[in-house]
Amino acid sequence: MKAKIKNSLPPLAMIGPSVVWLVLFLVLPLLLVVGISVLKRNGYGGVEFIPSIEAYKSLLSTDYLKVFGSSFLLSIETTVICLVVGYPFAYIIANSSEKIKPFLVLLLMLPFWINSMIRIYGWNTLLRSSGIVNHLLISLGVIKIPIEMLYTDGAVLLGMVYDLLPFTVLPIYTSIEKLDPSLIEAAKDLYCNKRHVFTRVILPLTMPGVFAGSIQTFIPSLGLFYIADMMGGAKTMYIGNLIKNQFMSARNWPLGASLSIILIVITLLLMRLYGKVGSLDDMV
Amino acid sequence: MNSENVIVRLNEVEKEFDGVKVVKKLSLDIKEGEFLTLLGPSGCGKTTTLRMIAGFSEATSGEIMLEGVDVSGLKPNERNVNTVFQNYALFPHMNVEDNIAFGLVEKKVPKAEIKERVSEMIKLVQLEGLEKRKPAQMSGGQKQRVAIARALINKPRVLLLDEPLGALDLKLRKQMQLELKHLQQKLGITFVYVTHDQEEALTMSDRIAVMHEGVMEQIGTPDEVYNHPKTKFVASFVGESNILESYVRSVDGDLLHIDLEAGKAALHAKGFGVEEMIYICVRPENVKLSETPVEHFSIRGKVIEHIFAGSVVKTEVELLTGQILKVASHPNDDHVEVGKRVYVHWRPKDAIIVHTVEEQIYNVIEQTTEKLYKEMEGVDEGED
Repeated sequence: MKAKIKNSLPPLAMIGPSVVWLVLFLVLPLLLVVGISVLKRNGYGGVEFIPSIEAYKSLLSTDYLKVFGSSFLLSIETTVICLVVGYPFAYIIANSSEKIKPFLVLLLMLPFWINSMIRIYGWNTLLRSSGIVNHLLISLGVIKIPIEMLYTDGAVLLGMVYDLLPFTVLPIYTSIEKLDPSLIEAAKDLYCNKRHVFTRVILPLTMPGVFAGSIQTFIPSLGLFYIADMMGGAKTMYIGNLIKNQFMSARNWPLGASLSIILIVITLLLMRLYGKVGSLDDMV
Repeated sequence: MNSENVIVRLNEVEKEFDGVKVVKKLSLDIKEGEFLTLLGPSGCGKTTTLRMIAGFSEATSGEIMLEGVDVSGLKPNERNVNTVFQNYALFPHMNVEDNIAFGLVEKKVPKAEIKERVSEMIKLVQLEGLEKRKPAQMSGGQKQRVAIARALINKPRVLLLDEPLGALDLKLRKQMQLELKHLQQKLGITFVYVTHDQEEALTMSDRIAVMHEGVMEQIGTPDEVYNHPKTKFVASFVGESNILESYVRSVDGDLLHIDLEAGKAALHAKGFGVEEMIYICVRPENVKLSETPVEHFSIRGKVIEHIFAGSVVKTEVELLTGQILKVASHPNDDHVEVGKRVYVHWRPKDAIIVHTVEEQIYNVIEQTTEKLYKEMEGVDEGED
């Protein structure tokens, strides 16, 4: 018995800290969120311990459905733009010479070294009415009065694309990089012109990368709230902002919690899809 | 050679990568319908040569003619040749049928005809029943058949094969060698085949071009290349061989009496004078051992080891000079005991002169001069 305890000590010492960490900072908070979502609000920023599914019921109101709708729309737009911009970008990096390739990948990774919120502030100084872009345009005489660029839906989209582009590019880059060059030669040997080499061989074989990139862009874009706040002035409400508001200002914790749960469920479903795409990747 | 049935002509073709010549002044005529093998060790320029014919790589200088037309500047899809790649290069997202049909679809052949030709091809390479399989679900041998069918369906004038059997196990490789050879004879398509396996080259080819460090050292039928190697390299690369340095002591009609460091020997050859230095090659199966001296020979050695290798017994004999001689004999022959001293001899007609020492020296001088030129050019460029 004593020996048994002794033997199990080293493994416990190894996995113990991470288990404690996960329980304290992931499992418990998550349970807390689930718990709060099925309680009643008390109006002062807290909950009363009375079970209730009111929060979930209220989610079905058209206002909230609209928020879901506009969030999904924004995420889809972001993902599509990221793909259209990111694919050629990834293709160029993957096909560049070995000398400059590491440099290009570095450029892609560089933004991660700076906090995303600070980088979005950077956009703020560029785009606001008295910002650099307007200033430049006025001094060049192109426009007389500043253009309202910040605090528009377009600005939010720009911020989202800017922030998430690397997540699209990296998986696509990896899948293009993995592509066996002799397949491209084989296609050329079998009478393909450049366009057909792309449409018949390169694109289908890099689809796993495209899927992975899309999902890696789509999932975080659903939850991002500060970009909408800072670039859109919170004019249009997205899920992320809505959740934040329920906790910070509206003081409706159960609603915020239930929204979070829904978001987590959607994310998990998408992750499942991602897992399936991952196994598809192995087959190719 | 009749120039009309030359289908591929290489004329002084050279290829440089970053200032290093990997193919040097290669001139070669490939005849219609023949099975020609480019044979050599890795890095000898054989694959580069094949890739230049296919159009994946441009020759630095010289010309490549396909069916009498200079093809430099033509892209691979504009040349009437197809390639079977070393690692098959099958499209992983397509099944067998779609892989084979790929070229025809690209050529916009009518659908009904594609279907007919694909099923014909599948029958030819014996892949019936696997039409819907993806490459990942097939064995190496099956993938190889798909790769061959995918190239052949386009009815190329020349089929280029880049070590197509390299990834297969020995037994399958031997079987595929014969199948490929029969397929080539049946279809009458010119095959240009790249391999580093000399046995494969000897088995399959009509002619073999042996390449070494970018130079084609010899071209000829398997029999010529094996039995009459022109250079030391060809002698040592194609088949096993013993290469011995010697000089001519006296000439007696066709018979040269030669002196080796290890003793006296003789061989049949014409056109050599007394005191000329020569390299001779004797195949292991032609070396004989005896316990008593033989006329014209006085080479002595000690039996080191017998290795039983199935159909032959490989014996190593150490000469007085320390050189190890390879000897092959039939397992049923009497074998001299290990450790015993023996006399080594061969039938004078079984030894081949592969290189005179003068030639050797000449080659060294040529290479050195070329290197010097290169360096001088480099200096000039530096000054500019």
